[in-house]
Amino acid sequence: MIGLQHYLTISAMLFVLSIAGIVINRRNLIFMLMCIELMLLAVNFNFIAFSRYLGDDTGQVFVFFILTVAAAEAAIGLAILVVLFRNRRSINVQELNTLKG
Amino acid sequence: MQAYYLTIVLAPLAAAIITGLFGKWIGRAGAHWLTNLAVGLSCVLSIAVFKHLFFDGGTAENINIYTWAVTDGLRMEVGFLVDRLTALMMVVVTFVSLMVHIYTIGYMHDDSGYQRFFSYISLFTFSMLMLVMANNFLQLFFGWEAVGLVSYLLIGFWFKRESAIFANLKAFLVNRVGDFGFILGIAGIVMISGSLDYATVFASAESIAAQNIEVIPGSPWNAMTVICILLFIGAMGKSAQAPLHVWLPDSMEGPTPISALIHAATMVTAGIFMVARMSPLFEFSTTALAVVIVIGAITAFFMGLIGIVQNDIKRIIAYSTLSQLGYMTVALGASAYSAAMFHLMTHAFFKALLFLAAGSVIIALHHEQDIRKMGGLRKYMPITYWTALVGSLALIGFPGSSGFFSKDLLIEAIRESHWHSEPWVYWIAYPSVLLGVFVTALYTFRLFFLVFHGEERMDAETRSHLHESPWVVTVPLILLAIPSAVIGWFTVNDVLFDNYFGDSIVVRSSHDVLAYMGESFHGSLALVSHSVQTPVFWLTAAGAFTAWFLYLKRPDIPAAIKDKFSGLYTLLDRKYFMDDLYIKGFAAGGRAVGSFLWQKGDQLLIDGMLVNGTANTIGRLAGIMRQLQTGYIYTYAFTMIVGLTMLLSWLIWFR
Repeated sequence: MIGLQHYLTISAMLFVLSIAGIVINRRNLIFMLMCIELMLLAVNFNFIAFSRYLGDDTGQVFVFFILTVAAAEAAIGLAILVVLFRNRRSINVQELNTLKG
Repeated sequence: MQAYYLTIVLAPLAAAIITGLFGKWIGRAGAHWLTNLAVGLSCVLSIAVFKHLFFDGGTAENINIYTWAVTDGLRMEVGFLVDRLTALMMVVVTFVSLMVHIYTIGYMHDDSGYQRFFSYISLFTFSMLMLVMANNFLQLFFGWEAVGLVSYLLIGFWFKRESAIFANLKAFLVNRVGDFGFILGIAGIVMISGSLDYATVFASAESIAAQNIEVIPGSPWNAMTVICILLFIGAMGKSAQAPLHVWLPDSMEGPTPISALIHAATMVTAGIFMVARMSPLFEFSTTALAVVIVIGAITAFFMGLIGIVQNDIKRIIAYSTLSQLGYMTVALGASAYSAAMFHLMTHAFFKALLFLAAGSVIIALHHEQDIRKMGGLRKYMPITYWTALVGSLALIGFPGSSGFFSKDLLIEAIRESHWHSEPWVYWIAYPSVLLGVFVTALYTFRLFFLVFHGEERMDAETRSHLHESPWVVTVPLILLAIPSAVIGWFTVNDVLFDNYFGDSIVVRSSHDVLAYMGESFHGSLALVSHSVQTPVFWLTAAGAFTAWFLYLKRPDIPAAIKDKFSGLYTLLDRKYFMDDLYIKGFAAGGRAVGSFLWQKGDQLLIDGMLVNGTANTIGRLAGIMRQLQTGYIYTYAFTMIVGLTMLLSWLIWFR
């Protein structure tokens, strides 16, 4: 029988995977955006699992909202990425250290 | 009389201000006429005040002129207390000052600082009069500091000379030590009696003497003893008593007229005057009087000894002044205040005379002060010679001269004083003043013979120009020689035995040695005719004879003595190494402490460690912290996640 804990485990694995993706990945900024998306999906997974488990639909409504926002955010992120590439001719994360000041 | 007092004080001040600020406009003649007239006016009015008090039987006046400030019950006023003690000082100060003013016209004739000099000495006269006429401690202190300031300015009058600047700084610093004690003494008086006014303080003397002060916690001292000793420390500075005497010989760097006026006749006697004025307080503290008499005795004898080996004409007289001030101090310590004041008066005349005579010699020799380059001046400068002879005889106490009456009776008073019952004080004081007489006669006539008699040791160029000084120099000499010679005859009975000072000097009956001596006093003539029976006379004669024998008869002997006792000679020549102690000990020590605090305390600790150290430490810490700021997004993201995780785990597990 597949229970709540399996869903939560999957979700946690996805989340940790995406964290690892952000931290370990040193090359590509697109990777990083994808990892953030993946993080959101992991959270969505939790929402749905709990919604089902508790018999409350509010969680599923939330997931829709998050998906919408995530889509908008991805669009903005990609737009920034395009501008960045235009300016620097590179999306290599290792070269983006101007935050250092 | 109030108008008199104000005129006496303010005339010299006005002259000083006008001469000082507008010297260029009024010119040289204007400067000396103005200041001479102002001081002459003061002198005439002072004599009028003296006459009013003494001959016309006027009463002492204590008036407040102006209230300067009132704080919490403490009134600070400007006022005059004019009694016979003050009147005597006023006459002495203004008379000697007038003589010096006249003399200065001749002495400073070629000096470019002519107007400045007159301004200073008039200012000095004003300050000194404020000091002696004060009726409260604040005004006394004002006068005290003002004369110190003018003394400083005048010692450094030739401010381009290195030695003059050194000497005036030294005088000022040594006087600071004394003045510090003095102001502490005044503070003690204010603390206990709550008043600055003489009359109030003297009235509460008994209650002050009944109290104790714990200067060092746990050891209560009698308040009166503490106050009197502190006041006397002030007197030690101003009147140059050992060990604060070192400034006076160096002060001879100043022009000779001020050596006569300030450093012989008036300012240095301010300490003596002050103690006499405070006699109602000092009488309540036997301990303080013991300190006074011992310090005075040490000064009187040992400073005279130094005078024997000096070669600078002015320095010899300066050491003589120290010694004579010591005599006055001894008399104060023996409660013979009147004797001290009497000696102060006669000393003012004959010592001013000696200084002015020395100045006359110095002018004639074109500012040569070394007595080894003088000699045989008698035939070139007859007036100077005879007046100097009068001054020297008065100084050694030749029977009949003014110094004879004051010094002979002073020594007599020490011998008969109440210290008889305290052998250790008595056997310091009495032999010192007695042997001091021999020393006085020796150095005085050594100076006299080396300058005026014997072979002429100056070079031929100087000798060809030798002539008597102009009348502005010789007239003051003659006018000072008259009182130096004869004033003792008329005044000795009144001042010492006839209760001249009345209430202004208070002596306890058990201390009153002068009253005891008065019973066996039979007039001036008897005193003179009996003088040959006293040891004082024979010691004087022996001193003068020794000087004659050593410096005229056998001039080769002093050199032999010097070789034989070279250790003693060095000790005296180096002034008991007091200067070395102060300059290499205290001054150098102070500088060492200062530079230690500057380098280690200020530069190393405060600047190095605290101020710059803080900045450096923050900079270094920031350098380390900056390593955290990589600028890479993933680092920030990771940090965020870690932080978030920690916050969440805290919320879960520790809430």
